[in-house]
Amino acid sequence: MADTAAPADPPFRLSMLIYDRRYRGWTIQIVVFLVVMTAAAWLINNTLENLAALGKDFSFRFLGQRAGYDIPQRLIPYTADSTHLRATVVGLLNTLLVSILGCIAATVLGVVAGVLRLSNNWIVARLLTIYVEIFRNIPLLLWILVIYAIFTEALPPPNAFRGEDPAASMVLFDSIALTNRYTAIPSLHATSDPGSLSLGWGVLISWAAVAFVLAFVAAVIAHRAIRRWAKARQEETGARPTTWPISLGLYVVPAVVLWFWFGITVERPVLAGFNFAGGSNVHNALVALWLALTLYTGAFIAEIVRAGILAVSKGQTEAAYALGLRPGRTMSLVVLPQALRVIVPPLISQWLNLTKNSSLAIATGYMDLRATLGGTTLNQTGRELEAMVLMMLIYLVLSLIISGGMNIYNARIRLRER
Amino acid sequence: MKRSVLLATLGGAVLAGGMASAATLDEVKARDVLNCGVNTGLAGFAAPDANGNWQGFDVAVCKALAAAVLGDATKVKYVPTTGQTRFTALSSGEVDVLARNSTWSFQRDTDLKLDFVATNYYDGQGFMVPRALGVTSATELDGATVCIQTGTTTELNLADWFRANNITYQPVNIDSNAEGEQQYLAGACDAYTTDASGLAATRAAFANPDDHIILPEIISKEPLAIAVRHGDNEWGDIVRWTFFALVAAEDYGITSANLEEQAANSQNPEVQRLLGKTDDLGAMIGLDADWAKRAIAASGNYGEIFNATIGEATPIKLNRGLNAQWTQGGLMYAPPFR
Ligand SMILES: N[C@@H](CCC(=O)N[C@@H](CS)C(=O)NCC(=O)O)C(=O)O
Repeated sequence: MADTAAPADPPFRLSMLIYDRRYRGWTIQIVVFLVVMTAAAWLINNTLENLAALGKDFSFRFLGQRAGYDIPQRLIPYTADSTHLRATVVGLLNTLLVSILGCIAATVLGVVAGVLRLSNNWIVARLLTIYVEIFRNIPLLLWILVIYAIFTEALPPPNAFRGEDPAASMVLFDSIALTNRYTAIPSLHATSDPGSLSLGWGVLISWAAVAFVLAFVAAVIAHRAIRRWAKARQEETGARPTTWPISLGLYVVPAVVLWFWFGITVERPVLAGFNFAGGSNVHNALVALWLALTLYTGAFIAEIVRAGILAVSKGQTEAAYALGLRPGRTMSLVVLPQALRVIVPPLISQWLNLTKNSSLAIATGYMDLRATLGGTTLNQTGRELEAMVLMMLIYLVLSLIISGGMNIYNARIRLRER
Repeated sequence: MKRSVLLATLGGAVLAGGMASAATLDEVKARDVLNCGVNTGLAGFAAPDANGNWQGFDVAVCKALAAAVLGDATKVKYVPTTGQTRFTALSSGEVDVLARNSTWSFQRDTDLKLDFVATNYYDGQGFMVPRALGVTSATELDGATVCIQTGTTTELNLADWFRANNITYQPVNIDSNAEGEQQYLAGACDAYTTDASGLAATRAAFANPDDHIILPEIISKEPLAIAVRHGDNEWGDIVRWTFFALVAAEDYGITSANLEEQAANSQNPEVQRLLGKTDDLGAMIGLDADWAKRAIAASGNYGEIFNATIGEATPIKLNRGLNAQWTQGGLMYAPPFR
């Protein structure tokens, strides 16, 4: 009996921490942990000591102080009397604005360019190759500077529109003026003013705008319901009822009704004094930055899309052709949905890149987060460390939100293996 | 792990900042070169000439200081700084002294932990517009687009002044004078605003300076001063008195031409003390007896520097105005050397 007993564990020796696989993992983890923590403690200590040596403290009180500087582009009310906190939010919203516009445009551009790069048409494919290579291989900052410089140098200043025989003229039935500062576009006004919805923090949205948005959302929902109904009918009877006139009506009729209800008028920009007034001025800083971000990121997305499409086996296309699907439908119904699984993960990182790259805005004077909190506020208050830490945190949170959201989407479209 | 990476980055940034308040004089001597923060290029104040040598009104301060401390006016490393980077460069120890059109203000002096040791140019903020615009007063600028350098006092004054006068403007934020010049000349802004001296210097570099006018309004006080880090008072004293040596030299008629002769023969006790013949003032600030003599020899006295770099005879054509000696109705006034 004694012979079959399991051999007793050998007594523990220190060398086993290194040579015994059961302990080695733990040893390494604990050592690494201690090293990292010591390094972190040393760095923090060093930071605090250096701050003390400079006679500075670490405090975010400056956020509550009067900012004192003006911001030309803002989505919420802001004056020089507002606080640095508000200036930070104005900057953050500007960052979000250009990032969202950029992500949408870059994705559309990237998908189109990626698909067309695989086109059988030699010229089209080559042209897109040139586009991709040029934009991918030149630093983004240069593109921003070049595009902004083109806007500034090539377009006329507003006072070129003045006089009997102006050097420059407005386009599109005299409703849009392209100047070297901004594009002046017409704006909409409600003559029977319905008042505004207050979102707090001085942010007001006209009820008219709210009504239009609600009408649009309702139309989308109704439109989807109708399509579902039409599909059911098609499955039952084999014939698909014509629904597009109804759908069109769903979108158009409420809009027209609201238009007359609120007495919407179009106000054209006119030159008043030094600048155009009346309409809205979309600053070149925003447009140039947006264009540069779009073209640059679009080139990367095009490559991702192309790779995604190539990853779908050729047999799928051939099978679709064999079923009689036209190339366009094959692409949109068979290939792209499958390619999406390959495309989405790298697409997320492109969106993250675009958002972070938007911090190059300062090159055009566009007042994003980097230019307000990390620029003028930092500079006027001298709170480098605080401003930098806060800015890094905001970008970090922003990135985590984007990738979190996209990961959820990615999980939904993932191939479900059975 | 992510957090520790963040901390490491931060810490790295702070470490690079380094200990700032160690004895700057010893550091400069050990390094044998003075790191002087100047602007990125403003004709007359600080700009490299055709041979790549920095020249100008602010540069002369660096030279005088290097001559006083290191015995050689060429032992200077010029560090170009923008409105946004200048104070960080100073407090992080990247430069030993900042001579860069920087306005002495309460908050910079206290909260930013800087010390402004002396004003080398008394200035005020003005506006420049193209002559063709037909504007003759800044109060006519209602609704105009104005180019403004970020991180400056002038950007705050601009906001205040337009509000006080109940008129509006659109700012175009620019990062350096060169960028402002380009935007302004392209017509992307109607007016350019900064220190009046900066406007004159910028305009002088234009192809057609006469097509632009500087409006009569001066909307602020801009004492452009030399700055050092707060806390190293010995170094602050050296910088302050080196500058005053230049001002005093003009006051007492010491020029680069008669410097040697004055040093040898002057009977004026103040001149004798200044030039190190008696009293050995240099020892009191950790330098030798000839420190002020060398500082003056570097580019001449304050008036000579002014006339050679930004005065009436130069393209910048600034008159002495507030920057004349106190005996001429100006504000330049060196305390007694004794
Ligand atoms: N005096 C103001 C403004 C100083 C300033 O930035 N001046 C500009 C225009 S005169 C300048 O020196 N620019 C040169 C450059 O950008 O390097 C301040 O201290 O904030």
